[in-house]
Amino acid sequence: MIDSKLNIDQFLDQDEKKDLLRLLTAGSVDDGKSTLIGRLLFDSKKLYEDQLTALERDSKRVGNAGEEIDYALLLDGLKAEREQGITIDVAYRYFSTNKRKFIIADTPGHEQYTRNMITGGSTANLAIILVDARTGVITQTKRHTYLVSLLGIKHVVLAINKMDIVDYKEEVYNQISEDYKDFASQLNIPDIQCMPLSALKGDNVVDKSENMPWYHGPSLLDYLETVHVVSDRNFEDFRFPIQYVLRPNLDFRGFSGKVASGIIRKGDEIMAIPSGKKSKVSGIHTYEGELEEAFCPQGITLTLEDEIDISRGEMLVHSDSQPKSSRQFEAMLVWMDEQEMNLHTQFVIKHTTNKTKARIDEIQYQVDVNTLDKLDKETFSLNEIGRVTISTNQPLFFDPYYKNKSTGAFVLIDPVTNNTCSVGMIIDKAKEEDLYSRIADMDREKMNRGESLISVSEREERYNQRGQTIWITGLHGSGKRELAYTIEKALFDKGKTVVVFDGATVRAGLSHELDYSLADRAEHLRRVAHMCKLLNDQGVIAICAFISPNDNIRQQVKEIIGEDRFTLAYINKDVEECKKAQPDLYGKYENEIIKNLPGMDLLYEVPTEAIFIDDITSTSIILESIK
Amino acid sequence: MRNYRLSHLKELEAEAIHIIREVAAEFENPVMLYSIGKDSSVMVRLAEKAFAPGKVPFPLMHIDSKWKFKEMIKFRDQYVKDHNWDLIVNSNQKAFEEGVGPFSHGSKIHTDLMKTQALLEGLSKYKFDAAFGGARRDEEKSRAKERIFSFRDKYHQWDPKNQRPELWDIYNTNVHKGESIRVFPLSNWTELDIWQYIRLEQIPIVPLYFAKERPVVEVEGNLIMVDDERMPKELVEKAEMRMVRFRTLGCYPLTGAVESEADTIEKIVEEMMTATQSERTTRVIDFDQEASMEQKKREGYF
Repeated sequence: MIDSKLNIDQFLDQDEKKDLLRLLTAGSVDDGKSTLIGRLLFDSKKLYEDQLTALERDSKRVGNAGEEIDYALLLDGLKAEREQGITIDVAYRYFSTNKRKFIIADTPGHEQYTRNMITGGSTANLAIILVDARTGVITQTKRHTYLVSLLGIKHVVLAINKMDIVDYKEEVYNQISEDYKDFASQLNIPDIQCMPLSALKGDNVVDKSENMPWYHGPSLLDYLETVHVVSDRNFEDFRFPIQYVLRPNLDFRGFSGKVASGIIRKGDEIMAIPSGKKSKVSGIHTYEGELEEAFCPQGITLTLEDEIDISRGEMLVHSDSQPKSSRQFEAMLVWMDEQEMNLHTQFVIKHTTNKTKARIDEIQYQVDVNTLDKLDKETFSLNEIGRVTISTNQPLFFDPYYKNKSTGAFVLIDPVTNNTCSVGMIIDKAKEEDLYSRIADMDREKMNRGESLISVSEREERYNQRGQTIWITGLHGSGKRELAYTIEKALFDKGKTVVVFDGATVRAGLSHELDYSLADRAEHLRRVAHMCKLLNDQGVIAICAFISPNDNIRQQVKEIIGEDRFTLAYINKDVEECKKAQPDLYGKYENEIIKNLPGMDLLYEVPTEAIFIDDITSTSIILESIK
Repeated sequence: MRNYRLSHLKELEAEAIHIIREVAAEFENPVMLYSIGKDSSVMVRLAEKAFAPGKVPFPLMHIDSKWKFKEMIKFRDQYVKDHNWDLIVNSNQKAFEEGVGPFSHGSKIHTDLMKTQALLEGLSKYKFDAAFGGARRDEEKSRAKERIFSFRDKYHQWDPKNQRPELWDIYNTNVHKGESIRVFPLSNWTELDIWQYIRLEQIPIVPLYFAKERPVVEVEGNLIMVDDERMPKELVEKAEMRMVRFRTLGCYPLTGAVESEADTIEKIVEEMMTATQSERTTRVIDFDQEASMEQKKREGYF
């Protein structure tokens, strides 16, 4: 491996200068992905001999590949996986050639593990997507490709594997390449390279295969060594999120951070976001001393000519290229948590070095990753992806993700579990003119469905009581109203929020057009019952004093209000006692001035199930019944 | 226009500096675990770089198993003095007084009591909410799957099946009281990267890494160095001077030497690139049981 003409010093001097390529591999166990990676590592002669010795030992015990070396065993590190024979998480592999160092994020292809692929792919420059030459482009291939495009990975290798099984036929390769490019044209992947391979036999992995003379492209390793990725970085827009304020002594006030994008030179005029204050870079400091310029992704410390108060989370930029600054933006969101999204959660959002609170205002749509169809959904479950509008407590300083990954990416953290429950890629600022009406529309929609933004339990907590109705029935003159007001006062004194309805007050307004016929009495009580329900829903206690003479009506009232919130009380006084209390009213009936008087010409049904009140000055029995 | 391209080492360096600063900014009480090995030496230098020209805002903690090579302790004390670090040394004093050691109790009990327990005790005692470790993903299979910010519950345990998603360079540092994060800034470095970086940056390392004539005795296929009088007599008697060096450093009775002539970094790299054994094979503890490192990590060992 070491060129014999070079000595080790020269070799190291050269080797130190090579660059780094981060790549993602996606595909299922059956596509031979682990074998491909094992082969890349093996054939680039980076597997140490004793790892091979250990491998041979393991193969004999649990290997799946018969007598041949099982490359997959090299990669599937965790015990549980070895038992299951599958890869369950992102695993990182490293290998070097004399041209480049490679970091492979190896992620599984099963649907339930979209989360892992997103995780492994976030830092990748390039993705290798595996397909089985026998099956070609399948749903999973499309899913992987969509995710790669979503992550903004600009280079894709479609590795058409197992070409040996299809007799190295060119037609197979052509057909699959065509199918794939067809599909990928809907997405945003500028560079796609299709390659016919056999990972098992080593065709076109490191060396060009003699079995496929019709293929004129590079071998996989050749391609990985030469693909140009530096220009994928944004060197135009200087973004410097302050990570740490360095004050080793009174004379030095430095702002440490990583250049997220762009280039900064000593003497450059910079602007602090959000204050808008301007100054000039007086020094670019590192451990090695001062630099004339720095670029992404270097870690540096900047000092400024002027004393400006800047802290972590704020950003230094060039004033001629400013990021967007907003509390509302649209983003593609990937849900990573086992627990489904609760739309009312106030998440912690971490974006560059900034942390604030965030809420999902609207789910515009979700994407079916298999078909790319847009779906109408009201929440997110694990592995679901969609477009949302987000509001944050403090403004964020961002760029669209496709323009600048460093300032376009964010994660959402569940405030209770602290888990990273979701990750997102900012599309753009939400349009100002849409914003108010959209949020209002969403709330209105909920209200139309009868969903308050405040929950019943929240109200009950506020009022420290349970919304319910005490319905007092009894004849005219039995003392319903007195009882109702006595209870109201008693509850009010205990700090409760309570309201009383009785016939006179409701009939004076809400039911003023209704008379005392059976039909109108029913309508009158229906209105009262609905009012009680509304108030109970608000957490308010309602006390009603109505004759409500028959079981049927009282039953209906109970159904409207809800059985668990309804308490019926009956004042146990017969008509003779009541006549004494209200001689005028009963006298009018006797004189045939009025009719339809319960207990006289209208039947009053004494309730069978109710609290019987014998003495209206004793309220304790009802107060005790308040739940 | 010049080429705005970083070498792989400079890119790894930038990544590590970002990680280290992020921890200093977001945690209340971080600590850097210092094993005195070559990876620790690189990590410590990266921390110095992250806060230059200032002082690093967190201390080092060395878990002293009381069986480290003497040269390691000497190197440690000199380094922290020269570089103005605050150093905490924590040991399982009780087990030490009871005479626990690898010769008498075997590697498993020794490692558990003198390393794992001493580490957990040290982390709890000082209530550290973040601890840097110099582990690399290429060292060992279970490490290949671990996050850079690796969540530990209040028992310091790692759950490999329930790791937080970790994307881009945005690290979730939120923990409840009592929970913590282990942070591995060297996750993406390989052994070769470490050596190249030590060479490039001229980072001082313990001389045991370089070949020299040393008294060693063969124990179950490992070359164990006679480092102090606690080595059983029957072993000391068999010792002979051989030209050896160490690829990793730990407790001297548990760390095998390799025969080597490599007395410079360049020679070490040359030897390594044509090596026939990966580095951890000289650590006896890995072979205790199948998937033993994963087990130890679940229990709180790095």
